This record gives sequence, structure tokens and C-alpha cells, in this order.
Amino acid sequence: MLLFIGKRLFVLFLTMLSLSFIVFTLVTIEPNLKKLALNQANMRMEEEAVQSWLEKNGYKRPILVQYGEWLGNALTGDFGYSTHFRKPVNEVIWPKLWHTGILMFWVLIITIPISLLIGIIAGMREGSKTDRVLSVFSIITTSVPQYVSGILFTIIFSSWLKLFKGVAKAGSITFENFTLPVLTIVIYDIGYIARMTRASMVEVMNAQYIRTARLKGMSFISVVFKHALRNALIAPFTVIMLQFPWLLTGVVIVEKLFNYKGFGFLLVAAADQNDIDVTLACGVVAVILVLTTQLISDIGYAFLNPRIRFS
Amino acid sequence: MSIPVLEIENLSVSFMTRAAEVPAVMDFSMKVFEGDAMGLVGESGCGKSTVALAIMKYLGGTGKIVGGSIKFRGRDMSTFSEKELEDIRGSKIAMIYQEPMASLNPAMRISSQLIEVPILHENISKDDAWNRSTEMLQKVNLPDPERIMNAFPHQLSGGQQQRIVIAMALLSKPSLLLLDEPTTALDVTVEAGIINLVKNLSKEIGTSMLFVSHNLGLILETCNKITVMYSGETVETGEINQVFRNMRHPYTQGLLRSIPLPGKNKYDAPLQAIAGQLPLPHERPNGCNFGPRCPHLDKEVCESGNIEMQLISSNKNHFSRCARVDKIQWNEKSLSSEKKPKSSSGGTLLTVKSLSKDYDVAANVVFGGKKKGTVKANVDLNFDAKVGETLAIVGESGCGKSTFAKVLLGLENASSGKLEFEDNDIANTMVDERKRATVSAIQMIFQNPFDTLNPSHSVGGQIMRTLEKVGVGSSVEERQQRMYELLDLVKLPREFEKRMPRQLSGGQKQRIGIARAFAGSPKVVVADEPVSALDVSVQAAVIELLIDIQEKFDTTMLFISHDLSVVRYVADRVVVMYLGKISETGTTEQIFSPPYHPYTEALLSAVPIADPDIKKRQILLEGSLPSPLNPPKGCVFNTRCPNAIIGKCDKIDPPLQKLKEGHTISCHIDAKELSKKGSVFAQ
Amino acid sequence: MESLSSFEIWFVFFTRLLPVWTSLIIVFSALFYWRKHLGVIGHLCNSPIGLVGLFIVLFWVFGAIFADMIALFDPYEQSGMFRRKPPGTINTKVDLPYIFGTDTLGRDLFSRMIYGSQIVLLIAPAACLVAYVVGITLGLPAGYFGGRSDTILSFLANLVLAFPVILLFYLLVAPGVRETILPNIMAGVFFLFPIIFALIVIYSRFSERLNILIPSVITIIVVGAWLYSGLVFNADPLGWVAIDPNELNIFAAVVFATSPGVFRLVRGLTMDIKTRDYVAAAMTRGEGPFFVMIWEILPNARGPLIVDSCLRVGYVTILLGTLGFFGLGMEPESPDWGSMINQTRSYIRLVPTIVLPATLALASFVLGLNLLADGLREESLKD
Repeated sequence: MLLFIGKRLFVLFLTMLSLSFIVFTLVTIEPNLKKLALNQANMRMEEEAVQSWLEKNGYKRPILVQYGEWLGNALTGDFGYSTHFRKPVNEVIWPKLWHTGILMFWVLIITIPISLLIGIIAGMREGSKTDRVLSVFSIITTSVPQYVSGILFTIIFSSWLKLFKGVAKAGSITFENFTLPVLTIVIYDIGYIARMTRASMVEVMNAQYIRTARLKGMSFISVVFKHALRNALIAPFTVIMLQFPWLLTGVVIVEKLFNYKGFGFLLVAAADQNDIDVTLACGVVAVILVLTTQLISDIGYAFLNPRIRFS
Repeated sequence: MSIPVLEIENLSVSFMTRAAEVPAVMDFSMKVFEGDAMGLVGESGCGKSTVALAIMKYLGGTGKIVGGSIKFRGRDMSTFSEKELEDIRGSKIAMIYQEPMASLNPAMRISSQLIEVPILHENISKDDAWNRSTEMLQKVNLPDPERIMNAFPHQLSGGQQQRIVIAMALLSKPSLLLLDEPTTALDVTVEAGIINLVKNLSKEIGTSMLFVSHNLGLILETCNKITVMYSGETVETGEINQVFRNMRHPYTQGLLRSIPLPGKNKYDAPLQAIAGQLPLPHERPNGCNFGPRCPHLDKEVCESGNIEMQLISSNKNHFSRCARVDKIQWNEKSLSSEKKPKSSSGGTLLTVKSLSKDYDVAANVVFGGKKKGTVKANVDLNFDAKVGETLAIVGESGCGKSTFAKVLLGLENASSGKLEFEDNDIANTMVDERKRATVSAIQMIFQNPFDTLNPSHSVGGQIMRTLEKVGVGSSVEERQQRMYELLDLVKLPREFEKRMPRQLSGGQKQRIGIARAFAGSPKVVVADEPVSALDVSVQAAVIELLIDIQEKFDTTMLFISHDLSVVRYVADRVVVMYLGKISETGTTEQIFSPPYHPYTEALLSAVPIADPDIKKRQILLEGSLPSPLNPPKGCVFNTRCPNAIIGKCDKIDPPLQKLKEGHTISCHIDAKELSKKGSVFAQ
Repeated sequence: MESLSSFEIWFVFFTRLLPVWTSLIIVFSALFYWRKHLGVIGHLCNSPIGLVGLFIVLFWVFGAIFADMIALFDPYEQSGMFRRKPPGTINTKVDLPYIFGTDTLGRDLFSRMIYGSQIVLLIAPAACLVAYVVGITLGLPAGYFGGRSDTILSFLANLVLAFPVILLFYLLVAPGVRETILPNIMAGVFFLFPIIFALIVIYSRFSERLNILIPSVITIIVVGAWLYSGLVFNADPLGWVAIDPNELNIFAAVVFATSPGVFRLVRGLTMDIKTRDYVAAAMTRGEGPFFVMIWEILPNARGPLIVDSCLRVGYVTILLGTLGFFGLGMEPESPDWGSMINQTRSYIRLVPTIVLPATLALASFVLGLNLLADGLREESLKD
């Protein structure tokens, strides 16, 4: 088991390095740097002046050297300086991440129980009316991306019913503030996880050991609870964890849509404003989040599945 | 007479599909009395498993009882409420299933799966239930019950899993036990142990049995009564010896004649296949369902309306559903039992010299541990095959017979040793490095008919491509002509060219597989369990076809099988393998008569035989097959051998005893000593 | 200002779409008539969900085909007088109604929605097709041979999949990127795959029949080189094939984000199918690895691949919408649905209906694809 985790950690580390290098290369391409030069020094610089500015600030060195320097700093916790906010990146990024964390917390706490419940009830009796209704519901919700459902919710709940505001202020944890953004992300994710859970549940309910349990004389409900669930929930666990890159994309869209000043909003703003250090930091943080959840998912899967745990 | 435990009257079960109602069981009647062991036999698709599930009232969403009644101890089960059914299931009626691995919950420990049965039905405490379960585990001969209680299903072998399923079924001492092909997924030697156990335990507990199987030999060994089903209905029923000796239905007779029995081989008693194939549920004929395949068909009598069961003998409870039962000469010898001349074998074609094959495997597949293990799939194999002969390679799963086939066909490289084919060593030449002539000279027939043809290409296309690859014909037209000839050869209509594999039955697919293998006039054909997945009646036809074609082309056939009856029938010489090593070689005669290698002896004793006149000496092997990753020291068979000499067999490799005419036995015990035990079979 | 009643709006809507309704009737009658001979597509007739999905998808397909006949206005034409008008407003100058209203520049939302379907229905399936070819060409050998090349390819695929898509797009579709040669390099690599794939297909089947092999190879190389020069270098000697740099950039980024998923799917299917006896049978008659992959394994993976492709086209449609929503890639004038949402969403307080055409169009098209995929999956499982 330890060896397994060690191996996974090694691959994770390698992935981290590669991804951060890719992000670094793509963020520091020449056109972006030139724009940075014009922005930082003088709007009306000649080409030559731009080149000398780049030379002076070390952007003309080989990319690996620059990356090595950035990596060295990043490992000591220094992510550089934000040209847009005019303060160190660390002061910008962590509060925003906290805001997003709160949003995600509510999303997960609502999504997971509801979607599991829907999936289990639908998959319990394959082909029943409940199953069909719930399946179509899940298909519909996964078909409507957040930037569509968010806008529709705003029209309905904000413009029409005047229940909530169309924007969400970061840092204030209130029902009025959070309902629309959370609802928008939740609705989309529920369908996805519910469909996975249903598929897994259907597979388990068709397995022969369920028949064995039924023919032992157990009632349907106790078979579902005692025999089916522990097998059926292994797969959704991984799905929920691997859902993270999607969840992150949804968060970026929703934060932009509702002007919620969190991590996603920062990422978009930094990229739009050509704020190189912040974009880099955001990219790397996003990647770390994704990879960590993948690691948890792998270990969790091995742990939940006795076939792997005891072999 | 007492009330039967189970009484089924005119039962009809249908499956409601979207297109139509498909009748699976029609007008089925049966009585099982206290202490009875009733065998229910029939081919796949005849509805026998549906009967078992109908008794449990567990037919899924689409199955429905559309007529008749099932009475349990005199009470009609259709009047039972859902709660009453749940009370009966698992306590009064219990069931054992085909796939032991699939019938146990992979995520739960054995203990919790066992103890929930008495807790549920008898409301006893957890400790009591635990004690009851360990006792039961001891009764099913599982060593170290405490350890097994704490294990998960995947940590146990198939035989152990099936013993647990049996223990689970018997925990509440049911009055009726349903067994649905309980040993089909197991090896023969394991099967013998399980069958013995079920027989003894049910007697001890006083449980009546309904034993569902396609294997007549197995039924004969376990049951005292038999019901034969064909295409959804009973065709014959009665006491077992009566039915086997005086069968009164052409289908039962056909079944018995299509099974190879010990003492018979292809030269003096060819198998009698039943013509045609099982009709699909919506294509059943009028009158007798068996009519179209029956050699005694009289259209006027057999196809005019429903045929009822007729009493043959009242004291033996013998009934038959044959309209011409009085007209048929039942003792008449089968039509074409003329003897075939024995073909003489030519020179040596294939020589295997000290061939070994190892696989490296990671010790832990998932966590990818550093420790690597080696599976010795083939160890020091030595034998040869002559032109035109049939050499059988016999052994249970994991003995390395399929690995050898892969090396021969060039799908794997050998680790050491030589494989000489026509004086070329091909042990280390993979198939893509071989010359075209060599490739087309060595061909294979595969086991699983549902997997042997590519479902995406037409039958004709697949044969044509093979012809192109083995270099037959110079133009498309020539190859097409040859393809038609091949279809003729395997006795399939030429229209099959356009068919897709899913439109073919299992036997037809296997025929196409044979046509494909013989496309390039091969010198060696490897047949890997070519008939084990087919129904008995179809099996016979495919075996006969294979033998005919082999003789026509004078091809050498390597017949890989675990079924000794079939091997006895087709083979000229036999190689017996156990855990990668050869334990005995010799002509078929030599293998099937003493002196036996102890493993061969156990194998012979384990094979169920569908002949009430043959008595066997029973030799039960203990334990299960050791892991090939960690084979036993000394003789690999010593852990299970009833004659093992402690201190010798478990330390030193056994010597190779060369007896007369190429008969070899690899054993520490002297051949003379081995001969003293006499034949396994007694007439 | 003159305006249509809501009944009149829907009447105009219905009559403008007559070419679509006619085509749908023809296709569905044909489908029902020949349903016994159409394989899985024919089985769809038994699945109401699948039929609804097919209906919606075909609605948009025909909408895109007949856009010129359906649209009432030029989708780019602005009108200062008619800005942000509610549905039904009549343009008195030309006496035509804006049945779904106008956007903030006075462009007809209905016409933009219809023309937008042309962009979406061209890019999404085409990008998926290329992503499929890339994923299949790499996934088949990775699953079939295993070993080191599989480890490396799988690592790279997981690398891309670990990126949050939105970050990937901000890095790959930014205006700065377009000034570099990166999009051309990416497109250059991706468009090489269809040519390679076609060559492998032909070579593996006809390697021993030179009379078929040589002409086919020459044709593939000539046609491939011609399309390649037009698509990647924008230098088609005939001047027929051209692609806008913006679109090339989007296309390459979408293929980049999509193909690793296809790769993983194909690799898994290959590893499963290669254990079948018919694969061993092909090997024992001396077939080369590429024949086995393309002709023995790939056709039997088609069921899951078809279902997945429906889902994936829907997913790419959502991705394209995301790009438009963030104002990435597409030129600002473009009537694609994502950009329309982005351009109109600020005005929902003034005219709530202003976002409806684009949002509902996008959601319905994706829904159609997902329903179709579900129907196909259910029906293919029943065989």
C-alpha cells in the first residue's frame, strides 16, 4: 500500500512539473511579454526599447532558466508580483481561494447526497417509471451548461420573482447571496453524478449475488441497503473526485456570471489583464487541486474495494 | 401416498418482451417427494433454469407464470404473499447457482454473508449464528473455518466458494434444495468432490433435491429420478435406471447416443448426432416439438395437435411424450454403426523437446509491487505427433495446455527448448516471422463459438480473408469458389456466405471455425476444447465432422480437452498434464487402463458417466489446485495425491518411468505397484 | 411601434421553418419505413427518448442547411433604430418582423440564432471527427501493444485531462497565442493524423494487392496534401480550401482538449477486445498488427464509440459556447451561440427575452445529442 502511494506520488510530482512548465511556457510567450513591457514601462515604446526592456528584465534568457528561477521561488512560497493589483501574488490569491472554497463547500454538500439519492433510486429498479423520469431529469440537467442555466435562473429568480440578486458578493455567506451561484453549479453536477451512480447501481442490481441475497429470503429494501450499496457506491466515489476539473470550470463560469470575486474570477481577470505572475500562480494552484483529488480518488478506490485491499 | 414436497402441474412460463410473448416453459409437470433427488436435464434454452427460478418465484421483471400451478407441501405458491415468500426462500427452499464467484457478494466477508441467513429466518443471536456457520463450514469440508469466515470471496478458490454457497443454502436445513448447474464452472476433480458432498449432506439433513443440469452422467450419479426437457416441455420422466435402460422418447435416446462413453472410440462406435438444432421459441412446430429432428417422424401422427404425456410403467412413474411410443423398435441398434477402418499414422511431424515457457508477473497487479513472480506454465515438455494422428492433451484449467498451443501457433515465444516442425525449430519464431507455408500449415480451432468469429464481418468475408492470407487462389473468383467448397465441406449451405455471425447458432459458428482452420490445407490443427461450449447433441455432430475432415486431409490434430470421455473417443494418443508438467503419455488404450499415474486415475474416476452399467472406483482429490506462481516442491501433484510418499514425493522430482511402446509415467511409485490397483471402471 | 401578437410570432416562426419540417417528415418516414434494415438507427424507433433526441438534432441540422431560406434578415446587419426590441417588433422599413427581437446593435436575434447553428454544427462535429481520428490512431496501438509507448501516451493524455478546460482555453485561445505559430503547429500535427490513418487503413487491407494499393495511396497523399496546405498553411494552390485563423485556433484547441478522452476510451476498448478469440484467429493466419487493429478490433468497438461521439459533440458544443461566453477566439461579430449569450446577457434586466434564442438553442441542441446518445446506448445494449 505504501509503495502504491509512493508510486502515485512520484507520477503526481512528474505531472506537476510538466504541467507547470507548460503553463509557464504558454503564459510567457513573446506577444504577452511585449504587451507587459508596453504596459509596465511606456505605452509608446519603439520595438527596440521593448526588446531592451525584455532583455533587462531577464525575459530573453532560455526558457528553462526562467522556469527554473520561477520554480525555485515558487517552492519557497514566492509566486511573484501582480502587475495588475500591484501587490505580491500571495496577498491576492489566497483570500480569493478562500472565497471559492466556501462556494465549493456548499456546492458539494448539496450535490453529493442529492445526486447519490437520485442515482440509487433510479438504478434500484431499472426501467421503472421512477427510473425513466429521474434519468431524463439527469440528462436534461447535464445538457444545460452553467452559463445558460445561470442566466435563466437570474431571469426567473432575480428579474421576475425578485427573490435573489443577480450578483453574489464574495465573503458574505448568506442565503440570498449564495443561492443562485450554488444552484447553478449544483444543477449541472447533480445530473452527471446521478447518471454515474445509476449506471453503477444498475450493474450491481443485475449481479448474481443480489439474486443470491434475494433468494436467501431478504426483502428488496434490505438487499439494497446491505448488499447493493456498498458495491454500487465505489464507482461514484471516483467519479465525484475526478469531477474536479469540471467543477473548477463551472466555478469559473459562475463566478464570472455572478461577479463573485473568487479564484475563478481572479483567473479570468489575470488572463485578460495579461497579469503573468497571477495567471501562472492560478494555473498551478488549479492543477495542484486537480491532481490532489485524483490521488485521493485512487487511494480511496483501492481502500473501498476489498478485492484490491486484500490481494 | 404422502404429499409431495414439490408438485408442479402444467406449468407455463413466458417472458414478455417488447416484440411478443416468448413461451419458455410449456405444460411442465413434476413431483418431488420427501428424500427424492430429481434430475432435470436438457440442453441450453430448453427452459430448465426457468423452472428452477419459477419455483423460487423469481423471474425478474419480464418473466411471468401464465398457467398451471406450483405447490409446495400441498400449498399453491401463487397464494403466498411477498412476506411469506421471503420466509420460505432460504429457509424451506434454498438454491445453489452455477457461478460461485458471481453468487457471493465481493464486498462482504464470508461471515456476514453466512450469518445473515439464520438471523433472518430464525431470529437467533449473532453468536449463535456464528457458531452455526462455522459448524456448517466444517460439514462442507472447508479447513480452518475461522480463517474462511473472515475472508472475502476473491481470496478463495472456485471450489471453496461453491462449498460456501452450499453451506449457505443448507444453513437453515431446507426441505427442498435447487441446484442449477452447480459444477459447470468447476474443474472435473473439484466437481467430483462437490457432488459427493451434496449427495451426503442432503441425505444427512433429509433435504429433497432438484438437480438441474445438461450433463446426463452427473444426473445419473446424483439422482434417483429424472425429468428430460426439450424446447420448453417435459418429454420423458421416471426413475433413473428405468429411463436410462428403457428410454421411451427419441430425444432421450438421441441424447444418450450422442455422448461418448468409456469403452467406445471413433473406430468401432461412431457417435450418433441428433440432426438439426433446437427450434427458437417462436418457431416451434405443431404437435411434437422434437418432430423435425426425430428419425421416427410420422407426419400424420406427430404433427396433428398436442401430444400428451403417456404412462409407460406405473410402478416406475415412467411417462413419455411420444405419439409413436408403441411403434418404435427401442432396442434397435443405431442406423449407421458400421466400423470405420483405423487409419495408420505416418512419420513424425512435430517433435517437442524439453520445451518450457515462463511468464513473469508482477507479484501484486494493482499496486505494482517490485517483487516479480514467475509462472512456469510449461516445464520440460517432451512428446511428438505423427502425421494424421490425433494427439490429445488433457488436464484441468491452469495445467498449461493452452500455453503450449500459443507457443506452437507462434503467439508466444518459448523460454527454452525446441519445437521441431518438419525439421525446423519454430519454438522462438513468432507467427509474423514465420514463412507463409508454415503459418498455413499450423492452424487452430477455438473453444468459444461466440468469440471465434468476428461479429462485424460476414461469414464469407472471413473465410475469403483467410484464403487470401494463406495464399490459396490467385484471384477473387478462385477464392470464392474455394470458399463455397469449404462451406460444403463443413455441411453448411452456400447461402451462409452472406450471413453475419450473430445469425448463426453455436454449432454453425464452430463449423465455420473449422472451415477457416482447414482453409489452407493445414498439416497440424490445434483444437482447443472445440466442443466443450456446445450442447451434447450438437457436440456429437461437430466431433464427427472434425474427424471426417481430419481423415480426408490426413491432418495431425492436437486435441486439447479436459473431458476424458471425448478424448477417449477421438484420440489415438494422449498426453496428461498437471501444473505445467507431463504426468503421463501413451496411447489411448494405455492411458485408460492400468497402470495409471495417480492423477490420471483421479481424473478418470471424476468424469461422470452416463451409463448405469458402468461402476467406478471413487477417488476423491483433496484440496485445490496449487497456485502456478508457487508450485509444490518435488512432484507437483504431491499435495493432492492420495498415494504420496511423505519425505520423497514432496522433496525429489519424480523419475520418468518408460514402459512399453512409448507409455511413460512420471511418478515415484513403481509401475508394477500402480498396476495392482486395477481398472477404475468395472462393467 | 408596430408589433406582432404572440400567436403571429409563432405562426411566422412555424412557416419560416417549413423547409425544416418538410425534411424532418421525409427523414422520419424513411426511417420508419426502412427501420428493419437500418441496424441500430432502425432500433431507435423503439426508444421514444432516442427519437426525441434525433428529432432535435435533425431540426438543427436542417436549420443550418436551410439557413438562407429561413432567416429573415442578414445576421450581421445592424439597425440603429431597432436596438434591443422585444419579440414581434416589425421593421417598418422593409416590413419584416423581428420575431425574437433584436440585440443591442439592432441585429435580428432569430436570424443570428439560425446562422449561429451553421457555425456550431460545422465546428463541433468536425473537431470531434479530427479528435476521434487522433484518439483512434494513438489509442489502438497503445491498447494493443501496451508497454512503454502506452505508458508515455497515457501519461500525456492524463496531463491534458488534468487541466481545467477553462485554463487550457485561456492559455491556448488567447489573442497573444494567435500571434505566434503555435496554433499552426498544433493544427499541423492534428491534421496529419487523418492522412496517416487513411494510409494505415488502406495499407493494412491491401498490402498484398498492389493494383489497388498504389492508386489508393497516391490519391490519399494528393488529396491529403491539398487539404492540408489549405487548412494548416492557408495556402491552397486552388484557393478553395481556407480557414479563418480564429477558427483554426479554436479548432486546434478543441481537438487538443477532446482527443485525450477519445484516446483513453479507444485504448480501454482495444485492451478488452484484443483478448477475444477472433483476434487470436487473425494472428494465427498471419495478419499484421495494423490489420488486426483496424479491421478486427475497431469495427467491434463501434457501438460505444458511436454513443460516445454523440455525447462528445454535445460536450464540444458546450465548450464552444464557453469560449464565446468568455469572448475568446471567435470574432466579435460572429453569430455563434456562445458569443450571442456573451453579447446579450448584460441586458436581461431591460429585455429578459434577449438571451433566450441563443441559450435555448444551445441547450436544446446539446439535450438532443444527449437524448440520442441515451437512446442509442439503450438500444445497442438490447441486442
